[in-house]
Amino acid sequence: MAGIELLRREGLEVVFPQGQTCCGQPAFNSGYSEEARAVARTQLALFPEPWPVVVPSGSCAAMMRRHYPELFAGEPDLAAVEALAGRVHELTEFLAGVLGVKLVDRGQPVRVTWHASCHALRELGIREEPKALLGQLANVELVGLARERECCGFGGTFAVRFPEISAAMVADKAADVAATGASELLSADCGCLLNIAGKLEQAGSAVRPRHLAEFLWERTR
Amino acid sequence: MTTLPANFRASSTAALADPQIRANFRRAMDGLMAKRAALFADPAEWRALRSLGTSIRRRTLANLPDLLERLEQRCRANGIAVHWAETTAEANAAVLSILRAHGATRVVKGKSMVSEEMHLNDFLEEHGVESLESDLGEYIVQLDHETPSHIIMPAIHKNGRQIARLFGEKIRGAQYTEDVDTLTGMARRILRRKFEEADAGLSGVNFAVAETGTLVLIENEGNGRMSTHVPPLHIALMGIEKVVERLEDVPPLLALLCRSATGQTITTYTNLISGPRGPHEKDGPREVHLVILDNGRSRIFLDPELRATLRCIRCGACMNHCPVYTRVGGHAYAAVYPGPIGKILTPQVEGVKARHELPHASSLCGACVEVCPVEIPITEILLRLRREASHREPGSTVLEAGEARDAWEDRIWALWRRVHASPRIYRLVSRLATRLRRLPPPRLGPLRAWTSVRTAPRPAPRSLHELARERGVPDA
Repeated sequence: MAGIELLRREGLEVVFPQGQTCCGQPAFNSGYSEEARAVARTQLALFPEPWPVVVPSGSCAAMMRRHYPELFAGEPDLAAVEALAGRVHELTEFLAGVLGVKLVDRGQPVRVTWHASCHALRELGIREEPKALLGQLANVELVGLARERECCGFGGTFAVRFPEISAAMVADKAADVAATGASELLSADCGCLLNIAGKLEQAGSAVRPRHLAEFLWERTR
Repeated sequence: MTTLPANFRASSTAALADPQIRANFRRAMDGLMAKRAALFADPAEWRALRSLGTSIRRRTLANLPDLLERLEQRCRANGIAVHWAETTAEANAAVLSILRAHGATRVVKGKSMVSEEMHLNDFLEEHGVESLESDLGEYIVQLDHETPSHIIMPAIHKNGRQIARLFGEKIRGAQYTEDVDTLTGMARRILRRKFEEADAGLSGVNFAVAETGTLVLIENEGNGRMSTHVPPLHIALMGIEKVVERLEDVPPLLALLCRSATGQTITTYTNLISGPRGPHEKDGPREVHLVILDNGRSRIFLDPELRATLRCIRCGACMNHCPVYTRVGGHAYAAVYPGPIGKILTPQVEGVKARHELPHASSLCGACVEVCPVEIPITEILLRLRREASHREPGSTVLEAGEARDAWEDRIWALWRRVHASPRIYRLVSRLATRLRRLPPPRLGPLRAWTSVRTAPRPAPRSLHELARERGVPDA
């Protein structure tokens, strides 16, 4: 909801299609294209043209923008898919790059660290936007995370198929997070957050994992 | 040392439990990443060089059959005998018959991953030929009866103390020492004598130039030059993809290779071998042979998307940057080529059923793609192989395509589809999850694996769909 609130504050009219379910990435990444297409197809008609489609998770945004055209290659609805893919924006990129939001920090001084999600970083090329948003907040100190660009070990079905490797990756990530001394870990990918949050909580860490949108909304409302 | 079982799932689990493996790889990979990054500090230069390298490799592969024929002609004109091998068995037989024709029983070897594909050392030993690795890393690995754990740094899984212990145990008359210079000196003394005594030298090939019939071989120790120049007979081994068209294609590829692999601008030795010793020359081998191995590569070549696999120049940057490789190490892959390149190459050579685990053993983070100097779309190929494993694509040339289909997995995705293709069922399921959030999560199957190292995710009290409705966000 915080993402929606941030957009509405900028004067945008936001609709939330109640028919939305999943972008189809889990099946797509598992080699089940037909199942992925069936689900993706139910999503195609939901988002009215020509409105931008803003997605608050890098991985889902990358699926819709980058992989939908591959998934529908040779299908009759490819043109519709490409039109949709072209309208997809990841939330932080939309806030910083498209809207150019101006934020006024109303929160207490806080140290935070940032986890860049692999898909936002490498499939969508989003590097500076989230940090630029955080940089606008006067009382927020952003502490660099060691090995910031290294995967947290989620990888969707990977975490289920190879739990031990995934566990080793997220344990290292949680240790790097703890070493920053930050009190909050921010990210803009729900998959990474689910993974890292689970590990931080299990490890009894005091670091609070949060979606960037929620953090921004709470501090600036 | 942990002895690892021969399949990825079991061996990666065993490797993860070995703190020595974890620590050795983490330290080594962090160092390699930093060294590489320092040499590609200018993003514009990196992009330009990379795109040049990629275009060279693309052009090469577009003309591969023709270039291989030209390479053969030019090599023959230079006095290099060329032998074609479709399988590793044929390549081994070719090497053995050359050695037998010369009565050669003592061989020194420079580093060659193709020879690892052939399991050449074992084969030669079985046939009464002593084959000694002369690359220091390969020498260490051979001394401990292991296989390389990295394609560039074969003994990277060992730290200094482990190597010191190995030398102390295995080298006759050696005193235990952890002094690197003393240890290197021990290996050097043994190898110098072996170079002198050897009947033949074997080597790999980094690039073979079709236009000139030149074999390019880079290395840092000088053992490659010794292996190829001191013995009277030199046999070079290469995969069919190692050809390039022109001599001028080599410098950009070398620049990419050295920087990506070891963070060097150039290696200590760059050998350009264009034939045996000439009539008025005082050194060099009297005969040079080139064995060109296919071993499944021509099958990969047939598919326009998968063909990119053959662009690889074997720099190892993908494994250095791979979060999975860093955790499990090279041996866990139970394959000649570990890491991301191995994950796409091995299933294509050995079959997507036989090695169905490998393409899935990736979080698709894309760190490998980001650093690949020839822009191999590794994650795209991983996805393609995941698809091909369970669903053979029309006209597919992939080995064992469709044969790894699993009935249970079919059911899971059918159920997933049913829930997510119907907004009504989806909303019902998410509503149920939020209402039952206080129940302990089922500790079954995948969730058990998840919660063994993390707390279970707890659904929010209201789903986003409900919140949006409650707060007046209109439906589309």
